[in-house]
Amino acid sequence: MILEVKDLTVSFATDGGVVRAVEGVSFGLAAGEILAIVGESGSGKSVTAQTLIGLTRAPKTAISGSVRFDGVELTDLDDEGLRGVRGERIAMIFQDPMTSLNPVYRVGDQMIEMIRAHRDVSKREARERAVDLLQQVGIPNPERRVHDYPHEFSGGMRQRVMIAMALSLDPDVLIADEPTTALDVTVQAQILRLLDQLNRERGLAVILITHDLGVVAEIADRVAVMYAGQIVEEATLEDLFYDPMHPYTWGLLGSLARLDTPNPERLAQIPGQPPSLLRPPVGCRFAPRCPHEFDECAKPPPLEHDRCWLKPDEKRRLRVVDGRIGLRKPVTT
Amino acid sequence: MVASIGELEAPGEPPLPTGVAAEEIRGRSPWYLAWLRMRRNRVGLAFGVLFLLIVLACLAAPLWADHVAHTGPNENHITDKLLIDGQETYVVSPDGTPLAPGLHGRYLLGADQNGRDVMVRLLYGGRTSIYIGVVAALVTTVFAVLVGLLCGYYRGWIDAILSRVMDVVWAFPVLLLGIALGTALALGGLKIGAIVVAGDSLWIPILIIGLVYVPYMARPIRGEILALREKEFVEAAVAQGKGSLRIMLSELLPNVVSTIIVFFTLNIANNMLLESSLSFLGAGVRAPNASWGTMIADGYQTIYTAPHLTIVPGLLIVLTVLSLNVFGDGLRDALDPRAKIRLEH
Amino acid sequence: MLRFAARRILGMIAVLFAISVVVFLIFNVIPNSDPAARIAGKNANPALIARVTADLGLDQPIPVQYLTMMRKILTGELTSYASSQNVTDQIWKGLPATLSLCIGAAVLWMTLAVIFGYLSAVHSGKFTDRALTILSLTGISMPVFWLAAILLYYLSYKAQLFPTSSYVPFTKDPLDWAYHLILPWITLAVLFVGFYSRVLRSNMLDVMNEDYVRTARAKGIGERQVRLRHVLRNSMIPIVTLFGLDFGAVVGGGAILTETVFNLNGVGLYAGQAIGSLDLPPLMGVTIFGAFFIVLFNTIVDVLYAFLDPRIRLGEAAPA
Repeated sequence: MILEVKDLTVSFATDGGVVRAVEGVSFGLAAGEILAIVGESGSGKSVTAQTLIGLTRAPKTAISGSVRFDGVELTDLDDEGLRGVRGERIAMIFQDPMTSLNPVYRVGDQMIEMIRAHRDVSKREARERAVDLLQQVGIPNPERRVHDYPHEFSGGMRQRVMIAMALSLDPDVLIADEPTTALDVTVQAQILRLLDQLNRERGLAVILITHDLGVVAEIADRVAVMYAGQIVEEATLEDLFYDPMHPYTWGLLGSLARLDTPNPERLAQIPGQPPSLLRPPVGCRFAPRCPHEFDECAKPPPLEHDRCWLKPDEKRRLRVVDGRIGLRKPVTT
Repeated sequence: MVASIGELEAPGEPPLPTGVAAEEIRGRSPWYLAWLRMRRNRVGLAFGVLFLLIVLACLAAPLWADHVAHTGPNENHITDKLLIDGQETYVVSPDGTPLAPGLHGRYLLGADQNGRDVMVRLLYGGRTSIYIGVVAALVTTVFAVLVGLLCGYYRGWIDAILSRVMDVVWAFPVLLLGIALGTALALGGLKIGAIVVAGDSLWIPILIIGLVYVPYMARPIRGEILALREKEFVEAAVAQGKGSLRIMLSELLPNVVSTIIVFFTLNIANNMLLESSLSFLGAGVRAPNASWGTMIADGYQTIYTAPHLTIVPGLLIVLTVLSLNVFGDGLRDALDPRAKIRLEH
Repeated sequence: MLRFAARRILGMIAVLFAISVVVFLIFNVIPNSDPAARIAGKNANPALIARVTADLGLDQPIPVQYLTMMRKILTGELTSYASSQNVTDQIWKGLPATLSLCIGAAVLWMTLAVIFGYLSAVHSGKFTDRALTILSLTGISMPVFWLAAILLYYLSYKAQLFPTSSYVPFTKDPLDWAYHLILPWITLAVLFVGFYSRVLRSNMLDVMNEDYVRTARAKGIGERQVRLRHVLRNSMIPIVTLFGLDFGAVVGGGAILTETVFNLNGVGLYAGQAIGSLDLPPLMGVTIFGAFFIVLFNTIVDVLYAFLDPRIRLGEAAPA
């Protein structure tokens, strides 16, 4: 594990009270693997991702827990200390490439700025590296394009530029916060393929934040499912889709439109709403919406692979009975 | 950054037990939320109260004049003498130096070259200044809302013409335009059709100040109306068959009310500053009326011998305008926390 | 880019035309008295009034009057009947003092505004910010002429730190020139520093929440560099526009009050004296001059803005 997160908790003080956006999140990332963090809006996945490199630090924010990267405790580092990690060892790309790039600077200059912030090279050398990176992510005519402004690129190209910039210092980890959400479906596929390629060819570990299970299925090795600020299930890709162990995950999978079963009359939904993070439930946070809730659920379940009091064989039985899940492992590989 | 939630948490609200549905969402209107925010802004409220106190004090001018100072704003007492601490002192000394401020009921803030009580004049002058400031703001608001609504709603050639007119008016430095109008109208007054205004009436500065700031307010309102117009609720109203006037009044206008309120408050402040500048130069309030601006103009003549005549009225202007600015700022934060209201200078 | 500039210049000319019409209306048409008598000034007698009427063609139909007036102004023939001075000459003579005042004040206020605004934004909510905000608000609440009088009284008269008398041309003695201008510069700057520092603070706070600032931090750039190269840089763009408007307005006439109090022989003082005697031709001249300056600066600023914001320069619609 190059990255180990233990008991990460993030709370914001707002006008209405204290919002407990992330609660007791723990997971690990192995070198060279792609970990997907899945959840709906408000589940805390973006906050988690940004907190890893300290981007959520602010006067009215309380952060506790541990983020260990390559033996170093990141939560102990101050801003100066984090500079050595950001971009250099852990890079991050964000959801909307249009607003994530400064509109008044040329793309090349923004990449050069990053390179020269960490390496003692001349502008020319930095520019050469930038052109090279643009080429690696598949941007045609990089020598010309390096002088262009962000708004002169299409959405997909802009995201490639972001990725190129993220790679400029050869980081060990790339955190991608909903990289394809703002893009067309066709472009989405291209970006995912690019990430997959980078992962295979360079051994780049990726934390992929998304709400889209389809995206997860494309490239993830392992998956963590988040709900209401907590991780409710962590599993390998196969296990998540073929042996899911948390009622919320069942709900997510059940609501997918599928090609291999006859069309239902309506897509299944999980009834109800996620809880308010101002006053989250004391016990299991999913219990109010869970069809299998029982007395034990009043106590907060611990995360052991999944955060649910039901016993494994009970889960497998209920899962099938629900009828909503029925993912069958393909017979051939 | 805080290390633990405990430092953030306000005491009192326990977490909900499992199984209880999320608490009922109580509807709270934007006005109520704004009121809550305003209530928390102690400084803003304090200055708002300060402004009200100043207004009240000026309204109470006759009380002060009659019961404390025993003189009117225009009564000269050049040759009078006053008993202060048992000693007889001249109100205006033989070499022309007026009495300085001190702790006595009469001439609390001293006297001017004519022996007039500065405090009394200050309170009466304040009436004029504040009156002009507020009424001019009303004039500006009425015209700005009119123009903004018409331009934003009808667009097309109405917008083109009115916007050009606004641009031209706005192209003038506010002070110059005020001076130009003030001096041009000073001699003969104004006559448009049946409306006749005398040259030395207070309405001249009121109208001038009111009109020069119309573009300042009309533009943001126009911008907001333009944006609102595209929203679905307007489409719905049109589909329901509501007439243009009703749409403008019942759908669009209520949504710009917070902008109007903020601008109105800050506009009073700007108006008072402009009035004092114009009056100082002689292009604003004219004799026999007096305002804080004219008082400074008069006092400036003897600034070296009687500085209090210049300092005091100015200080009042600063205090009043500052209160309006701080309160107006607080209003804006309360009504518009995401800073959609952008003020141009 | 050239087409953009050309369009703006055409617009500028159109507005100038409209302005001249408005000035004409204000001084000649709207008021309720005989224009000739008004223009002749305080010491008017029937002979003078008749001369004025003939000179400016005031017995002609209004459009002809307008043309005559414009001709006089554009050919520099406009004279004040009360003082027998040529208006254009006087304005020309007053320019060095006015420009010295305005440019110096502008440098001072922009420098201070950027510093204060930056500090306020970076330390938002803390003591520095609150103190600077109160200072700024007080600054914009002061009547300029009053502040000038106060400074004059306390620093010149009582403390004898600065001279009380008027303008010394730069060509005569640069140091003395500056010495005489320090108080006027401070006076004029106070109002604008207050306003601009608040605008900058507000812009910076907005920009700090932008996504690209977050990206910059994620790139591992030092915090100070993020603030300067990303936050400040992007926050300054709207300020440039405002500055252009204000500078134009200050040269065009806002400096009247400061020049009057400090007795600087500029265009403003000239206008101030004309007001006192209700002498209209100088006021007409100065008003047109002022408006012209503002429109000129507006146009310059618009073109500059396009230069600073590549989205506009390269043809994409400006962001809202």
